[in-house]
Amino acid sequence: MTVFRVIGVAWWLQLKMRSRSAFDGLLGILYPLFFSTVVFMMFTHGGAQGPALLSAAVGASVMGVWSSTSTTASAALQQERRQGTLELLVAAPTPLPVVILPVTLSMATIGAYSLVVTLLWGRFVFGVDLAVQRPVQFVVAAVVTVVSIGVLGFLLAVSSVRYRTAWALGTALEMPVWLICGFLVPLDLLPAWTRPISWLLAPTWGIDAIRAAAEGRDTLPSLAACLGLAVAYGVIGSLLAVRLVDAARRHATLALT
Amino acid sequence: MSSFRLFLLGGLTSYRALFSWLSPWILIPTFIVGPIAQILFFAYAGRAAGVGDDAFYVIGNAVQNAAIPCIFAMGITVGDERRQGTLGLLLVSPARRIPLFLGRALPVVVNGLAVALVALGAGSVLLDVPIHASSLLSLTGVVAVSAFACTGLGLANAALSLRVREVAVLSNLVVGVLLVFAGVNVPLSDLPGWMAAVAQWLPLTHGIAAAREVAAGAGLASVRDDVLAEAALGTLYVLVGLILLAWFERESRRRATLDVA
Repeated sequence: MTVFRVIGVAWWLQLKMRSRSAFDGLLGILYPLFFSTVVFMMFTHGGAQGPALLSAAVGASVMGVWSSTSTTASAALQQERRQGTLELLVAAPTPLPVVILPVTLSMATIGAYSLVVTLLWGRFVFGVDLAVQRPVQFVVAAVVTVVSIGVLGFLLAVSSVRYRTAWALGTALEMPVWLICGFLVPLDLLPAWTRPISWLLAPTWGIDAIRAAAEGRDTLPSLAACLGLAVAYGVIGSLLAVRLVDAARRHATLALT
Repeated sequence: MSSFRLFLLGGLTSYRALFSWLSPWILIPTFIVGPIAQILFFAYAGRAAGVGDDAFYVIGNAVQNAAIPCIFAMGITVGDERRQGTLGLLLVSPARRIPLFLGRALPVVVNGLAVALVALGAGSVLLDVPIHASSLLSLTGVVAVSAFACTGLGLANAALSLRVREVAVLSNLVVGVLLVFAGVNVPLSDLPGWMAAVAQWLPLTHGIAAAREVAAGAGLASVRDDVLAEAALGTLYVLVGLILLAWFERESRRRATLDVA
């Protein structure tokens, strides 16, 4: 079985399981809507119109992708441990990173539902004009952003394998990432020391590429940065997964940490 | 066991035994980092949108964060009895239900108050929002009443957890409704009429309004109506919660669905 087939089959399986989970599926779509509703009301009362309101709508929609990924990705391996399947995954001949990546990609895909729902919510409830200048590039940028967030979730899942209550870490990271990646707030408004952190986060470039497509600007530089960072997360996550699992096997702490 | 002992010691023991978020690994990210991040996010979003000032968002979000322990802890301390297989044992005991469940609410009110005050302090320091020392005591009182009202809603939410398996989903939805309706980040005057009308019947709405006035220097007397309304709503939700608990307990015994809802 090729790596891509494993990723594809596992992604689809995980997506079906999560779609039937009230927490991952239903809440993953509804919860970001509460925040996007507040955001829409704040920006419409602030007089935002046209491109400014569209920009806020795009930011609010990507917030949902990160929300769907952050909490569940950080808890993904703990969930496997609780179900007693972590040892089976580690023992399988398929490399662990290839098994974990589709788990977090499925979460990001649930987030993609949320992205679409939030844009439609903005259009039909708040009258946001979804006048996208480059629709094809908009869709490409959205897909790349969703994938990059999925891979960032993979890195988070691997990094928090030793943290028994990692879901709390994921929850705590939800809003800082919304803020630092400039989903709603222009990076210029944030303190200068946050800028390098923003640049190292793929969603910063993803949201910039989506906005560029909406406004008719060139998406390529931001898209390339987003993809490059996603690949880097994937490589770092894979190396980390091998190292952490080796350590857990050596110390017999795979199920106990 | 006397009712008072059941209320005080039973409630504290249940809270410590069942509310698993008290571990520092959950407590710090959930009750400290998350609320501060929420304040910063909405304050900066307000700057980007050109609405409100930092004080508006610091007070609104700090008080709203009292809802997190109040809603989730109440849901967990009742709902987790079933997950751990002790719900049947609890309900078969002759313990009086009112002190039994109200006792679980008391530590939760204190928890909600502490979360809101920490968020308020951190938010005001980070965003340079001055809060006069003279208003601190009044502000604490207003936040305590808000935490009580939220705990009342949490008790009703906990009662539903006897029938709804996904307590975490239900609690998240309740917190989301409060975020949108209670005037946390959007003034009630800017909400559509029907939303403002609904908000009058939710905890936090009156508490946040009172807290904003007190933080701006008003005395407790001038926000008396809002504080009384918040306290009355809290009492109403406590009564609704207790009635729902009694009803769901009876129904689950009759239908033999206590452990399978």
